[in-house]
This record gives sequence, structure tokens and C-alpha cells, in this order.
Amino acid sequence: MNILVCIKQVPDTREIRVDLETGTMIRKGVPSIINPDDLHALEYALTLKDEDPDTHVVVLSMGPLQAKEALIECLCMGADQAILLSDRAFGGADTWATANTLAAAVRRLQPFDLILCGQQAIDGDTAQVGPQLAERLAIPQITYAQSVRLENHSVQVERQMEDGYQLVKADLPILITATRKLNQPRYMNIRDIVKVHQADDPVQVWGLEDLDLDPGQVGLKGSPTRVKRSFSPAASSEVRFFSGTADEMAASLIDSFRTLNLIEK
Amino acid sequence: MDFSLTSTQTSIQQMVRAFAAREVKPTAAVTDETCAFPRDNVQKMQRYGLMGMNVPTEFGGAGADDISYAIAVEELSKVCATTGVILSAHNSLFCDPLLKFGTPAQQEKYLIPAANGKTLGAFALTEPNAGTDAASQVTRARKVDGGYRLNGSKIFITNAGEADVYVVFAMTDPSKGTRGISAFILEKGWEGFSFGRVEEKMGIHGSSTRELIFQDVFIPQENLLGEEGKGFKIAMVTLDGGRIGIAAQAVGIAQGALDETIAYIKQREQFNQPISKFQAVQFTIADMQTQTSAARLLTYQAADAKTRGLPYSNLAAMAKLFASETAGFVTNKAVQLHGGYGYTREYPVERMMRDAKITEIYEGTSEVQRMVISSHAIG
Ligand SMILES: Cc1cc2nc3c(=O)[nH]c(=O)nc-3n(C[C@H](O)[C@H](O)[C@H](O)COP(=O)(O)OP(=O)(O)OC[C@H]3O[C@@H](n4cnc5c(N)ncnc54)[C@H](O)[C@@H]3O)c2cc1C
Repeated sequence: MNILVCIKQVPDTREIRVDLETGTMIRKGVPSIINPDDLHALEYALTLKDEDPDTHVVVLSMGPLQAKEALIECLCMGADQAILLSDRAFGGADTWATANTLAAAVRRLQPFDLILCGQQAIDGDTAQVGPQLAERLAIPQITYAQSVRLENHSVQVERQMEDGYQLVKADLPILITATRKLNQPRYMNIRDIVKVHQADDPVQVWGLEDLDLDPGQVGLKGSPTRVKRSFSPAASSEVRFFSGTADEMAASLIDSFRTLNLIEK
Repeated sequence: MDFSLTSTQTSIQQMVRAFAAREVKPTAAVTDETCAFPRDNVQKMQRYGLMGMNVPTEFGGAGADDISYAIAVEELSKVCATTGVILSAHNSLFCDPLLKFGTPAQQEKYLIPAANGKTLGAFALTEPNAGTDAASQVTRARKVDGGYRLNGSKIFITNAGEADVYVVFAMTDPSKGTRGISAFILEKGWEGFSFGRVEEKMGIHGSSTRELIFQDVFIPQENLLGEEGKGFKIAMVTLDGGRIGIAAQAVGIAQGALDETIAYIKQREQFNQPISKFQAVQFTIADMQTQTSAARLLTYQAADAKTRGLPYSNLAAMAKLFASETAGFVTNKAVQLHGGYGYTREYPVERMMRDAKITEIYEGTSEVQRMVISSHAIG
């Protein structure tokens, strides 16, 4: 079985700071990590490999050369092969252009039975790349997987919903996006760490010329969306205290919700 | 000279640090309280390739170098010194002598399973009347047809009872003194091989420290480790390596106590300010940090020499001496800076101070390290 896992290197921060003058994110001093949801996607692939050692797990990422680190970490967790799509031409890509680029790489690789992505990246939070990639590859997709059961050539997936889950069945090949409920990601292991670091170049790097793509489909040029403005929401710390009996306090609370248009008048 | 870690060492540090924080730290206090051997930790360490990590891959290990190994013991000991010593005893005191002195058949049978963590190992030299004076062994292995018959006992054996395989030292020819000592590989469960008293200790509560009893145990000839009469040499060489593990354990305990203390002094307020604002407190931290860093450098230097195949006996002795005394000093100051809270079990520094003491005793007391170091220095 061939599995592809798409991962992204992201800044490890739950409170991204933005340079107010340029409107861009301040990356300095912020350590980079593998996007947390992607680790759940990788974990699922590696579990399948634990069960069937013939499983081949490829990790794919698009990003600057620094993202090699993230891919090396995946190899140290047990993935078999890692490919980084890195080229100046890919810079500034939105989700559309990213999906174009990833799809071109997938087409160049062997056919996959399963493509796994994290549900969304903590920096962009769009949850679009997985679904768009499936569209480009013209394969079905199941998003927000909280559990996956693989049987013969089909999957049964519980899709996480706000108030429960939806049970979906589909045939392979398929693209699935993983939620953190899916599993508990493993750590790197010493054996693979030693092995991977002994390899001369554990991560293959592909640029635009390695992919069958028109330069207009990638990077900033291939991106139909633009970031108009970035800003840190001003933190307001208005605290109001209500007093009185429980009923009075509840009534005041509801009143203030109404004034704030949080509930209907 | 390059003082930075390699990319492999950095990854291993990152991995063991995360593993220790999430898998080991949460149960460290309970392990201390219940004195229960942390079998779960051992199984997880096996899964991640820590057991036998510095054994070459062809013998079932992960093929990491000795600095990586020191880093692993250090990171584990930062949060749980018990888990640190289980790893250290298994790798340094069991796997290492099998790698160095084992026959191919012994390596196949005992090293490979130990190096991939399927079995746990122990090392048994100490006897009730043979501690520092390890040469005065009375446990006796008599030559019989096809092997030896072993009688006697060992005390204070780390991993005893829990381990599947044991390197055991015994006198084969008392007339020859240290040249009459031989090393053997024993399996748990062999007839006449049993476990006695479980020690109740000041620290490293989860580590099993137990007596081994031998009543006419038959040891087949092929389980003689190294040549007959070379046991004392095997023990000394093994302990040289083991001291790197214990030095790393001590560095870890010190760093763990320091980390806890820095977090504590920043949030504890007296006289309307965090106590970290007081210079007396700051200077104590400076001393703790400096000694811990110096201990770490000595430890890595000894580990590096071992990997490079250079002499490391003296370096390991200096590392163990300095690191263990540093662990004593740093944990003592850690409790001091926590005040009354530090004396209670609510904070881990109380445990760390108790755990630190053993590093000055086992695998050669500080006095023994001073003998080794002075004999190198003076000649
Ligand atoms: C928790 C724990 C785990 C252990 N694990 C193991 C194990 O796995 N395998 C194993 O074989 N052993 C193990 N030991 C034994 C340990 O290595 C010995 O306890 C240690 O070597 C000291 O021996 P002793 O206790 O007999 O002390 P003694 O040798 O009686 O020493 C008492 C004191 O006298 C000092 N002293 C002795 N001789 C001299 C000298 N010539 N000059 C100056 N000072 C001297 C010592 O330094 C010490 O301060 C363990 C011990 C403990 C407590």
C-alpha cells in the first residue's frame, strides 16, 4: 500500500505576532514545528505501516529549504521517503496555488492508495489545501476524520461534526484530512534518527523544473487570493461585574448579550 | 574542537526531552511514592529504541554514539532518576560488556535481544563484604563437567528481579586474587538462582535494588564471559563506561532541580516581589548553573572519548565525581531556594535531593573516583 502524507512546517505559536508596519508575521525567534494536525495524519499512515511493513509512506511538503527539518523529523518517526517542493517560484502561494503544486508532485510520484493531510494548518487555518488537492487529483475526499477503518480496498471514516459524527464509506484511492481525535502521534525513535542522519541527503528537493506545471499556476502568480491587510486584534479587557441575586445577575447577563447583538433582541 | 551537538545528537535530545516530559515526568512522583518498578517506562523506552541505543545496529541496537546515550540518560533523569538508572544499568553494565567481551554466540543469544529491548539486563559484582574492595569476592564458581557450579550471593543489584539476564562475577580460583575472578552470563529462572531481600532506599525508589542468591546454579561453559580469570578486568572496564551513564544521570538530576527552581523563584513572592529579584538567590542560581554546565561538559567529553576509542577511564572518573557532587550541591540548593515547600513532597526537588545521593555511591564511590583520578595524575 502506498500512502502520501502532506505536511507543513509552521511557526510554533498560538499567538502569532504581526509586524504592524508591514502586516507580515514576525517569524524571528519563533521555533518551527510540524503542523500539529499533520502529525495525526502521519501517525495514521505509520500505524498502517506497523500493521503491514510493506506499506510505503511518503511525506510531501512545500516550503522554504528550512522545511527539510520538518520532513527529517517525519523520517525519524518512521516515514520512508520525503520530498520537499522548494523554489522561489512557489513563494507567496495561496491555498489554490499550493494545491496546484502539491498535485503536480503527486502526479510525478507513484499512484497512492491513500493521501492524508492534517485538517488545517495553525498558521493559515483555512482547511482548504487538503480538499483542493483532492479536487486537482480528481479523487474523492473525506475531511475531519476522527477515526478511520481500512478494509480491503475501502475506508470507513467517522467525520467529526459539531454535535456528533457522520459515518462515511468510500473506496480507495481517497484523500482524508485528520483531526486530532484520530490518534496520538508518536515520537521520533532513536533507530530512525541515527539512520536518517547517516544518509547523505534524506530529503529530495524538487523545484518548478521538476514538475509538469506552468509558472503561472504556482506561487504568488498562481494565487487568486491576496492578503489585503494583517492585524492583531486589539485586546480589550473590559470586565463587567454583575451583582444581585442569581436571577437578577442572569437577567443582566442576557441583557448585555442582547446589547452586544450576541443573541436576538 | 567543536562544542556543538551534531544533528543526530540534537534530534535525540529533542526526542528524549519530549518523551521524558510527556511519558515519564507525570508518573515520577508516584513511582517514588509506591517504590514500584516503572515497567511501562521500560516498554516505552524499548519501543523508541532507547534500550540498547548505543549498541551498533548489527547487534540489534540503534547505533547511536555515547554522547547521544549520555543525553538520553540526562534527559530522563531530569524528570525521573529511577528511569535514568534503569537505562544506564541496562546499556552500560549489561550490553556494553557483552559487546566488548561476548563471543558471537553469546552476542546472538543475549546481546541482540537486550539491545532491541526484548530483555532487560543487570550487572552483579557487589557482595555483602565486597563493595569498594570488589576483589574480595566470595561467591564461588567451581569447574564441573560442561561448565561451572555457582554458590554465593550478591547484594544491591540494580534491576534485580526485573531483569531477564545478568552478568555475574564470581571467584573461580581464590588462590589467584583478582586474577581468579571470572564473569558469567546468567538467565533469570535457572535452577538455584533466586532473588532475596529488596532494599528500602533513600532515593531512586522505583529502581529495583535486590539480592541475588545462587545455590548450586549450573552455568554452561558457553556462558563464561571472556576468559576465565579475566572477570575483574571486565568489571573494571565495564564500570569505566558505566560511570559515564551515572555522570549523565547526575547531570540530569541537577538540571532538573535547577529548572524547577528557576520556575519557582520567578513565581514565589516575598517582600512584595518575586524572590528571583534577590541577589543572593540569583547568585545561588549562577553557581548551580555553572556547576551543572561544567559537569555536563566533563560527561560529554568522557562519552566522546569512548566513542572515538580513546582512553576514557580517567575522564569518566572525573565526570562521575564532579557530576555526582554537583547533583548533591544543586539539589540541596534547590530545596533551599524552595524554602519550606522544598522540604515537602508537594515539589519534586525533595525527591531529587534524595535521588542525587546515590550517584556519589554506586559504580564506585566518590572516594574511588578520587583514587582513579589521583593515580592518573600522580602516577
Ligand atoms: C541503589 C544501589 C544500587 C547499586 N547497584 C549495583 C549494581 O547494579 N551492581 C553492583 O555490583 N553493585 C551495585 N551497588 C553497589 C555499589 O556499587 C556499592 O555499594 C559501592 O561500590 C560501595 O560499596 P559498599 O556499599 O560496600 O561500601 P564500602 O566499600 O564499605 O565503603 C564505605 C565507605 O568507605 C569508603 N572506602 C572504602 N574503601 C576505601 C578506601 N580504600 N579508601 C578510601 N575510602 C574507602 C567508601 O568510599 C565509602 O565511603 C549498588 C548500590 C546501591 C546502594
